[in-house]
Amino acid sequence: MTPPPLQITCKEFAELVTAHEDGALPERDRIRFVSHSERCPGCRAYLQQFRLTVEALRSVPRETAEPENLDELARRFKEQKPPAAS
Amino acid sequence: MVQDQAGVPRPVQGAFEADETLLVKALRCREEAAFVALVRRYHSLMLRVAYAQLNDASAAEEVVQETWLAVIKGIDSFAGRSSLRTWMFRILTNKASARLERDGRQIPFSALASADAVASEPSVEQSRFFARDHGPRPFFWVSDPREWPEDALLATEIRSVIGAAVRRLPDSQRVVITLRDLEGWTPGEVCEALGISDGNQRVLLHRARSRVREVLDGYLGDGPL
Repeated sequence: MTPPPLQITCKEFAELVTAHEDGALPERDRIRFVSHSERCPGCRAYLQQFRLTVEALRSVPRETAEPENLDELARRFKEQKPPAAS
Repeated sequence: MVQDQAGVPRPVQGAFEADETLLVKALRCREEAAFVALVRRYHSLMLRVAYAQLNDASAAEEVVQETWLAVIKGIDSFAGRSSLRTWMFRILTNKASARLERDGRQIPFSALASADAVASEPSVEQSRFFARDHGPRPFFWVSDPREWPEDALLATEIRSVIGAAVRRLPDSQRVVITLRDLEGWTPGEVCEALGISDGNQRVLLHRARSRVREVLDGYLGDGPL
């Protein structure tokens, strides 16, 4: 039996990053991904950029808004009857 | 806004967000502060998610209103099998689909998302790689990407660059990256809230992140990659 080809290209590497970061790669693909990054400085840099991107996305402040009729919704909420006790 | 009492810290602010069990119990007791906290926390996000599904601001407003009313009516029947936010956003997605159908627009968000996920869109511009027929290194970098300085993205103006990049994404990508990265939801929560498959949410997230990375790379100035 021939061993599976473990080589992937840089182009393939770039497609697998999110799946790798989510822990969603099957084992064989994970091995390919990790071995490629061991050998390829360009892809290691790409991964670093990608991770900094995700980190920056996570630090974007939340947008908030409240509905104009918040008081009305709150009143309806207060008046909503709990289900009849069984 | 909730006002500080003079000089008294508010150690419990955010407690409902941190402790969902407490929040659900408070909601079942009709504790108004809990409900108001919930609405303030999720109203804007609901509007954005509804807008991505409907592409119509006033329809999105209406669907979000309907969702809040459904949350009020349904809170006692929330069984805790999913997270509260997943349950609320699933209601929102179902109402948005019903609205699309009512308006005679045939394509529900789940179908749009899977069509977008199937469409081929490379993560990195093709010209960054050697061509298929390049001798020894087909599909390897023409010139290697370089690491960004670790503090490159700390500048405040980066936030508006990211915000603008996210707003320009296609609807299905924008909603997934908003929930996963900006809001920090798990893959499972996103799939359930939007009614899409795990594979599709990951493809859409990956494309969205790849696009934002590309924009940031351009912004950081060394040219592409």
